[in-house]
Amino acid sequence: MSSAQFYLPEGLPAPAPSPDGLDAAFFAGLKDNKLMVQRCKACKTYQWGPEWLCYKCHSFDMGWEEVAPKGVIYSWERAWHPVHPALKDHGPYIVVLVELPHAGNIRMIGNLLGDPKQDIKIGANVEAVFEHHDASKLPFTLVQWRVAK
Amino acid sequence: MAVNTLRGKAAVVGVGETTYYKRAGSPDSEFVLAIKAILAAAKDAGIDARDIDGFASYSNDRNDPSRIAAALGIRELKFSNMQWGGGGGHGSGAVASAASAVATGVADCVVVFRALAQGQFARFGQGPKMSAISGDMAYSIPYGVLSPAQMFAMRCTRHLHETGVSRDTYKAVSLAAYHHAQNNPRAVMYGRPLTPEAYDNARWIVEPYQLYDCCMENDGAAALIIMSAERAKDMKNKPAYVLGAASGSEYRNGAPCHNAPLYATSSFTGIAPRLYEMAGVKAKDVDVLQSYENFTGGVVMSIIEHGFCSHEEANEFLTYKNLIAEGGKLPLNTSGGNLAECYMHGLELITEAVRQIRGDSPNQIKGAKVSMITSGPMVTPASSAIFGSKETL
Repeated sequence: MSSAQFYLPEGLPAPAPSPDGLDAAFFAGLKDNKLMVQRCKACKTYQWGPEWLCYKCHSFDMGWEEVAPKGVIYSWERAWHPVHPALKDHGPYIVVLVELPHAGNIRMIGNLLGDPKQDIKIGANVEAVFEHHDASKLPFTLVQWRVAK
Repeated sequence: MAVNTLRGKAAVVGVGETTYYKRAGSPDSEFVLAIKAILAAAKDAGIDARDIDGFASYSNDRNDPSRIAAALGIRELKFSNMQWGGGGGHGSGAVASAASAVATGVADCVVVFRALAQGQFARFGQGPKMSAISGDMAYSIPYGVLSPAQMFAMRCTRHLHETGVSRDTYKAVSLAAYHHAQNNPRAVMYGRPLTPEAYDNARWIVEPYQLYDCCMENDGAAALIIMSAERAKDMKNKPAYVLGAASGSEYRNGAPCHNAPLYATSSFTGIAPRLYEMAGVKAKDVDVLQSYENFTGGVVMSIIEHGFCSHEEANEFLTYKNLIAEGGKLPLNTSGGNLAECYMHGLELITEAVRQIRGDSPNQIKGAKVSMITSGPMVTPASSAIFGSKETL
């Protein structure tokens, strides 16, 4: 993917794994186009964002599970006013909060690909698009979303 | 009512603030602003600032009480209290801490203060500039969720979707604040009224917020002096008694990456019942409300969660006419608040709530006896407080 195909201009802070290793499995999965989320090995509760223990049963034995990269729009916003130099003169962009009903209704934030002025429907089905920034000084992958066909 | 209660045991006896400036407009450093506000509050209370023996603040205020105590020559420091997290959501929580300290003899005279120089330090409304980020922010900032407006907009979008509340309520909140600021010479927006047309025509910041749905960014400081009710009755000002104060947030409100179970709320669903129980009053007894505006949508949620109207009643109830001091059913943000007086991180809302009890608000509600504040919608922890006049004890 060339930089012209990135949804937002380059130059925003890049996501990096936590130095303590908490979310290493998530970031490792993204490189291989896999959406990995936490699931308690003891009580099977899905948990997002990552934490060292299960909020339900207090087990510290948190596993990671690959889940289908799809979901439903739970909420959204369209940002117009740039608050970072990288976004200056870029124009509006859409952020969606996506719920994953097949993974305990956990939620993830991403951008909604396509026309930034499109109508957005809460409840619409979306699928993930892995946006690889391999040429970046600190390579990373973003999980973006597009309305499911 | 619970026997073990803070109700009526502490009071605000003095309030003060610096000149309120536009962002980067302060000729003074943030530390000097803090000192000037504390001195002003002490003068208003009629005390020697050296007799202050405790400090309470929130949101990691940069002005360390030990430095302030040394600078002022405080005789003995007994209480130095910082509330974790929550941005402006802990203004009322800091009042609770200060009131608890004086009610229990931990300290005798506590100042609640907040100082901000967004010119000297980073602007709240701009995103971070580092090259990489980890932790919870790694799941939002790279997607362009950088500023407070961008962090909270999706809660409001969901709220509007779930409840059918109209954005017209946002407009009413904004217009009422600007209206009140026109009577308040302290207000940054004094002499700069906002018309309904200007509100409508303003640019989007982030949907569902337009420009006038957003708080300002300012420089300044504010402070209030709290003493036990026993001592307060001998002070020169009419005391504003703390009837109730509550803080916190609901079950897993702080779950990372926008995973709070009660997402479409302003974090007050648990606080409001605790507040009213302690205060021994109900929403209908409240004469005037100061409600923290980071964004107008959060004010609307706060008002509903504190029981002033239901979601179903909101569109009819939350009108400009009902929110202004002249005859409104729920006079709101009578100094202009964070939108139009000064973004003093909500502490200016608390000094205004005190002034309503004392009778010296720029938009005084005649005979106000019960004066309420909600601090920091949509954050965790949030907090609320109710002040009462002597008659309410």
